[in-house]
This record gives sequence, structure tokens and C-alpha cells, in this order.
Amino acid sequence: MSSRGYEAVIGIEIHVQLSTRTKIFSSEATTFDAGDNENTSPVSVGMPGTLPVLNSKVVEYSIKTGLALGCDIRRKSVFARKNYFYPDLPKGYQISQYDQPICENGSITFKVEGKEKTVSITRAHMEEDAGKSNHHGEYTLINYNRAGIPLLEVVSGPDMRTPQEAAEYARTIRQIVRYLDVCDGNLEEGSLRCDCNVSVRKEGATQFGTKVEIKNINSFRFVEKAIEYEIERQIDCVERGEKIIQETRLWDPDKNRTFSMRAKEDAQDYRYFPDPDLLPVIVTDDIIEKYKKELPELPIARAKRFQEQHALPELDAAVLTTEKDLADFYEDTAKESRNFKASSNWIMTELLRELNSANKNIKESPIKPAQLGKMIAMIDKGTISGKIAKTIFQEMWDSGKDPEVIMKEKGLVQISDPAAIEKLVDEVLAANAQTVEDHKSGKKKNLFGFFVGAVMKASKGQANPELVNKILQEKLK
Amino acid sequence: MDLTFASISEIAEAVKTRKVSAKEVAQHFRKRIESLNPKLNAFTSLNPVAVQDAEALDARIAKGEDVGLLAGVPFGIKEMFCTKGLTTTAGSKILENFVPPYDATAVARLKKSGVVVMGKLNQDEFAMGSSNETSFHGVVKNPWDLERVPGGSSGGSAAAQASRLVAGTLGTDTGGSIRQPASFCGIVGVKPTYGRVSRYGIIAYASSLDQAGPMVSSVKDAALTLEVISGFDPQDSTTAQKKVPAWSQNLKADVKGMKIGLMKEYMTGNLHPDVQKTVENSVDTLKQLGAEIVEVSVPMTEFAVPVYYLVAASEASSNLSRYDGVKYGYRAEFKNLSAVDLEEFYSQTRGQAFGAEVKRRIMLGTYCLSSGYYDAFYNKAGQVRRLIMQQYLEAFKKCDVILSPVTTAPAFKIGERVSDPLAMYLNDIFTTSTNLAGLPGMSVPFGQSQSGLPIGIQLTAGHFEEQKMLNVAYALESASLVKGKHPHVI
Repeated sequence: MSSRGYEAVIGIEIHVQLSTRTKIFSSEATTFDAGDNENTSPVSVGMPGTLPVLNSKVVEYSIKTGLALGCDIRRKSVFARKNYFYPDLPKGYQISQYDQPICENGSITFKVEGKEKTVSITRAHMEEDAGKSNHHGEYTLINYNRAGIPLLEVVSGPDMRTPQEAAEYARTIRQIVRYLDVCDGNLEEGSLRCDCNVSVRKEGATQFGTKVEIKNINSFRFVEKAIEYEIERQIDCVERGEKIIQETRLWDPDKNRTFSMRAKEDAQDYRYFPDPDLLPVIVTDDIIEKYKKELPELPIARAKRFQEQHALPELDAAVLTTEKDLADFYEDTAKESRNFKASSNWIMTELLRELNSANKNIKESPIKPAQLGKMIAMIDKGTISGKIAKTIFQEMWDSGKDPEVIMKEKGLVQISDPAAIEKLVDEVLAANAQTVEDHKSGKKKNLFGFFVGAVMKASKGQANPELVNKILQEKLK
Repeated sequence: MDLTFASISEIAEAVKTRKVSAKEVAQHFRKRIESLNPKLNAFTSLNPVAVQDAEALDARIAKGEDVGLLAGVPFGIKEMFCTKGLTTTAGSKILENFVPPYDATAVARLKKSGVVVMGKLNQDEFAMGSSNETSFHGVVKNPWDLERVPGGSSGGSAAAQASRLVAGTLGTDTGGSIRQPASFCGIVGVKPTYGRVSRYGIIAYASSLDQAGPMVSSVKDAALTLEVISGFDPQDSTTAQKKVPAWSQNLKADVKGMKIGLMKEYMTGNLHPDVQKTVENSVDTLKQLGAEIVEVSVPMTEFAVPVYYLVAASEASSNLSRYDGVKYGYRAEFKNLSAVDLEEFYSQTRGQAFGAEVKRRIMLGTYCLSSGYYDAFYNKAGQVRRLIMQQYLEAFKKCDVILSPVTTAPAFKIGERVSDPLAMYLNDIFTTSTNLAGLPGMSVPFGQSQSGLPIGIQLTAGHFEEQKMLNVAYALESASLVKGKHPHVI
């Protein structure tokens, strides 16, 4: 896609916060809601003499993510120090990886507006987070709870061309790390942070334009909007004959624009060198094989399987696989109901609607997959009608009770005894003799529905609608 | 019992059997410190509760508890080690009043074995120096001649031990900082294999070279102390997962059949005649004791000093970045806080609180690591370092222990070399390559200059071969020409 004869070149760096219980180089908790500086120790605040010790879970999570992103896993990777001064960087350097990152040369494929797009993953490296500066007028207070939080920085190639591709790439990465259960993907809490590199060039040009980095965007919608804005801004700049300044910009969601944070002209020299306090990370083939086996089925593969094995439409398969928990919920429901499409329908319409309006996630659903599955099976067996099912569904949502229990308690069993229904039909026809006449004479059209409704009403909704139809049709001949 | 000259094991034995109380021991040395330290400036601060700590130990002994191998032995700790509740400044104004809430692992292990920490010992600022003249707390005097330096950077430890202000001390050695002051002050100083002793809680100077070790009065005391502080530490990834041998029990003054290597590169050059003589005497002694002398060569040691200064300064420039005045230590004062930007805050704080030598090395290290120079300096230094290590490994195929001088000359005068940093750096010519190769090395007193200054002999062994080195030192100590000689100050 081009804009005014220009092409945008976009690359994204995503900082994935790995959801380990403890920090990357020390043993404090990583909880988000801790009090100020509660999650700190001499090691994570870089007190003199303290030393880092690598948390092996961080390596495990990083390797699993790398494998899911199709990366090569380095058998020997090295931690390096990235030296710079900032008050929230307690040691005066960040422990990161430089020329020997743990994951390299991967790629992911996803769909944007119906078309497949492949983006290369240049590298993914482990590093520690810094603390957080809170500016209060003349003073700055620093909270080091984040210092030492494990991050995996996933760096894409400059392969995206539109804001939509960029946003979808970021969403896909989030989806994958959530599937792997290595990151909660919570953008508001900073568990996933996107830095976008954007440049523009004349369509057909082979050289890259000067790139601008937009830092710390905290929603995918803003990723799209910020890049959109930035592309237009840069094209305007070029058209006016101005030079693009290599700089770091921030997105202002209120004003819908990016603004300059700092120029990169006097580029930082980070003086990277291997951290002498940490040994190289050695990964064996056995470990990689082990982690490969532990990888869950990833969203794209799972959606494909739902389409093939369960004969679900593409849309259903895509919606149900957006989250691993949702896909698991669906599979568990379908296992119980033995009806794939009905399970998909109930989840996609009724359940997701209730969850959305209650602002709950699928794991918090008061209705469990086995319960929903049983309910669907009851419909298929004719034990309950679709209409009763809606009542039972609502009751399950409110009380969390099993569908059979609700059915018994409320007397919601479907009346499927033809004799009982015939009796009801006869009563209704007798009470509406004139209407029966009108119907038979064809004086009024579409009266059949009226009788069905009246019978259902008389049965308090419990009559098997198919039987009601059948019997009514015979009687009204 | 003459506590002043008693060995570490003698004191521990006497305290355990209650021949003397730990309290009496602590009081005895406390008095010595109070009377002699003003002359020496070896201690920078005292543990105000040392005597109470000793009393608590006595109470535990009275209850029949096992209080450890070094029960009641009074120790002095170099300021480089963090000590819980005791000021730890690393000899720098930038850590003025810094009181760590934790003990360095080496200190924790000493305490666990019953040691009573008497106080903290002076050193060159951040262990950068070979003369103990760069400390924020002032120059330390050599107890053998108060006009001379005690050596650096563990000069406070060496001076305190030589004048028996304590029964044992801890030092750190990055390029010779245990061995050189030990030689200048006539005590035993051991730098173990890199990875033997945890660096946790030792204020970092050059992480890939720093190693802690004992600075004591005898080889046996050194072996004993080393046993206590060595071993894997889960808090330091670079410590070795190796069993700690019982060095003190296996100590043998027997060198019969051992091969002692003399390094070609160290045997030429401008040695002070008294040092030359001492080395020759030590070689003769070992020959007489039945050792075989072989010539070995580590040609790359020619570059040890420049490589050492590139590596050490580079790592130091990064290690010292944390001293920014934000969380602890010295912070520059500003009259109008709002007018100060971040850069000004840092440069004032660091500019005011770091001494000249520290600044020099930070500048050098920053330059070496900067893009465009990294390959030519830091990277190249790393390559030469690996070659030095390989050549040492070759040399140790031909010999058990390498013998060499520690320094070119005995202790020099205070102020004599301050104005010439390069001359000062060359002082480390015999010691730095050991650190670059991660090998164990030590200094054992063996001779004396004509003017009565102590001269040590350096012994170096292969990785984790401390026992061989200690045994040769033990043999030399037994035959030492200066046994029983003490500095005039006591």
C-alpha cells in the first residue's frame, strides 16, 4: 500500500515482560501492585558489591518464545552491559544481550485484511528492566520495583509497510506470548511495550529513509494511529524539502499526534562489553528438544485445525483462537457437547456477550465448559428446547449451577409426550374457535404462528416446538 | 600466652578451651589498635560492639556450643568488603557514610566461623593504587619505616597485620593488591584462584580480576583462613563448584622432587639488588630442600601491565557508574535544587567525590570501551589475556609452582611516585599476569633489604592448585632468614 506515492518502512521492538515469579537476577517478587520500592533487594537496586545471578525460568521462557517465533536458539549466548546514566538505572548499566542474543533469525506469519503477511524476527534478547521515575514538579521520585523485571526484547525486521500490518504484528506477538503463558500481555501495566521505527521513502526506492522511533505506545490502536500520523508527518516533511531528523518521539493520545522527546543526533555510546559477573548461557540440544515438546499448539495452527477437524468457518476459528484460554474453553465445551458448531455459536454469541458486559475474561466465566457442553447436548437430545436453553444459560450465568439441576429445580423439562401436547393443542384450538375458522377459510394469513405461540405459552415454553408444529399442522388441515 | 604474636590457630584453640576469653582477646587487640593506629592510619573505623560480640561468643562457648574454626580470632577487614552495620567506603568520599545492610560472603563466612570483626582497614580508593596513597582516609604508613608506603591497595590490611593490631586480615587482589603490600610489610598474603572465594559483597573494581584472600602472619594461618572463606556461593555465579581442600591439615614443608619454575621473563630486568639476592637465596634454599629448578617461559607477560590496565580500567569505568549520588553515599550540594539538571547533578557529585587516580582510570576505561576503540583496546586486551593464560597452562606442564619476585624493589617512600602514574603502574609488573590468568598467587616473607625492609617471594600455581603453592611457601617460611623479625613500631 502506498500513500501519496510514498512507501512506509516500519520495524517494531517489543519488550515482553516475562511472567516469572521472581526477578531476572535476584529473588524478589515481580508483583505489579506492590507498594513503592517493596519489591527490591540490594541486588536489584545495584548496591555496591552485589552480584546478579540468572533466573533459569527467564532462559526457559525466552527459548520457548524464540521457538514459537521460529528463531534459532544460540547454544551459547552472552550477557553484556549497556552503560548509560539515568537515575532509575541503579547500576549505571543495564544487563542486556548484545552481539550474542539467545534467539535470532525467526519469522511469523499472520493475516492482515484477509492477506497473509510474513515479518522476520531479527533477534530476541533477554534483559533487565530499569526502575520508574515519577516526576513531581521540582522533584523526581524513583520506584525500583521494576528494576530487574525480566524482559525479552523482540526485534522485527523493517518488514511492515502499513500501520495495520504493524498493529497486527504486535497483536500477533501478544497472542503468541499469551499462548505460551510467558507474559500476561497487559499493555496498561507495561507488560508489553512497543517501540516503533518508522521511515518513508519514494515508492520503488531501495534505500531506507531516516527513521524515527516512537516509544512506549500502550495500545495497539495507538500503534496504528501513531504510525499513521508519523507517516503523514514525514511525507509532509519530505514534500516541503525538509530533512527528517533522527529522533525519538512519543505519542500523545489526547492530541492524536506524536511529539519529539529527544534528538538522536549525538547518539549514545553504550560501551557494550560482556558482563564479567555472569557466565555465558549454555543451551543444550536436549533442553531445546524438551522445550519444543512443551510448546502449546499456537493460534494459527489451532485455527487451522478447528477449520479442518471441527468444520468451523474461518471466522469462528479465528475468534475462538484469539486467546488460548478461549480456545481451551471451546474445545472442552465441544468435547462435552459433541456439537462443534453449536458450541462455537453459544460461546461466540451468548457467552462472550455476557463476559464483555460483565467485563470478565474467559477464565472468570461462572459457566464452566462442561456445563455449557452438557446444556448443548441436552438441546440436541431434545430434553430442552432452544428457548429453555436460553433460560437455563442465564440461570447458569447467575448461579453457576449445573444445567440439569436448574432444569429440575425450575421444572423446565421439555414436554415431548405427543399425547400431552395434543391435549394442549386441543385446548388452545377450542378456546380460539373463531380464529381456527379464519385460518381454515384462509380469511387471514399467517395465523399458524399465532397457534404455535399460544400452545407454547400454555405449556409455559416447555412443549417440544417440533411436536407442537407437527400436531398443529395435522389438526389445522 | 602472648596474644600479640599468637597465631590464629593458637588463639582459636585457647578461646575454645577457655584458656582465654574471646573478650580478653578483643580487648587486648582493641588496646593495640587504639595506641598504634594513630601512627599507622591502618584502621578507618572500629566495630563499636567488637567486645560485646566477643562476649556473646564466650557465652556460646560456655553453653558448649561449637562456635567454629576461628573462635574469637580478631580480624580486620579491608574497606572493600561490605560489612553489615559497619561503614564501608572503599576508601572513597563517594561512599562516605555508606553502611551496607549485608555482609560480603567472605565476611559472613569468617563471622560464622567465630571471627570477631575489630574494624575496617584502609586501602587505596576503590583499590586503585599500589601505595595506599589514594585513600580518602589518608596515607597508610609502613610499620617498618613510617616514611614509606605499606603498598597497595590492601595497605591498611598489611600494616595492621605486620604490627599485630589484629590476628588476621582480609584483603583483595585485582593486580597484586594482596601480594605487593604483603611483601612490603613482611606478612603472608594469598590471592586464591579466581572463583575460589565469592566476590559477593566485595565492592567491585575489576570484576574479572578481583579476588579476596587472607593477609596474615604465617602460611598456616593463611591456609586456615582460606579454608573458611573459600567455596561455591549461590550469590556469585563466577564461584567454582569445587570442593575446598583442607589446606591447613595437608600443609607440608616438603618440596623434595617438586619442580619450581623460574620464569625467564621475570629473571631479567631491573631488580633491586636486595630483591635479586632474596630471590637467589630462595632458589638456593629450595634446591637444598630437594626441589628441582626448571626454566619456564610466558612470553606474553611482557604485555601483562598494559593488558591489565585496559581490562581493569574498562570494567572499573562500568562498575563505578552506580556511584551517582542518587541512592547512597556522597551527593553534591546545590543551593538552588530546581536549577540543576541531571548531567550537572552527576558531574558535580562524581567530580567532587572521586579522587584523581579513580578519575584517571574511569576516563581510560570509558575510552577503551567506546565504539571505535573497543576492538583496538578492550577486545585486543582480551585476546592477549587468553594467550597469557594458555602460555601459563603450558608452563605448568613443566613445573608445579612458579617462583618470582613480587616487586622490583622494597617499599618506596611516601610521595616518591605519586606524580608519575606510569612508573607506579609498572610496579605491578610481576603480579598482574596472575590475575589475568585467574591463577592463585601469594607472597611469603623471605628476605630483608640492607635497610631492614621486608622482601617477599611470589609463588604462583596452576588453577586450584593452592596446596602446592602453600607447601612451597611453608618450606620457604620454615627456612626463612627473617623469621621472628618484627617492625620497629611494635
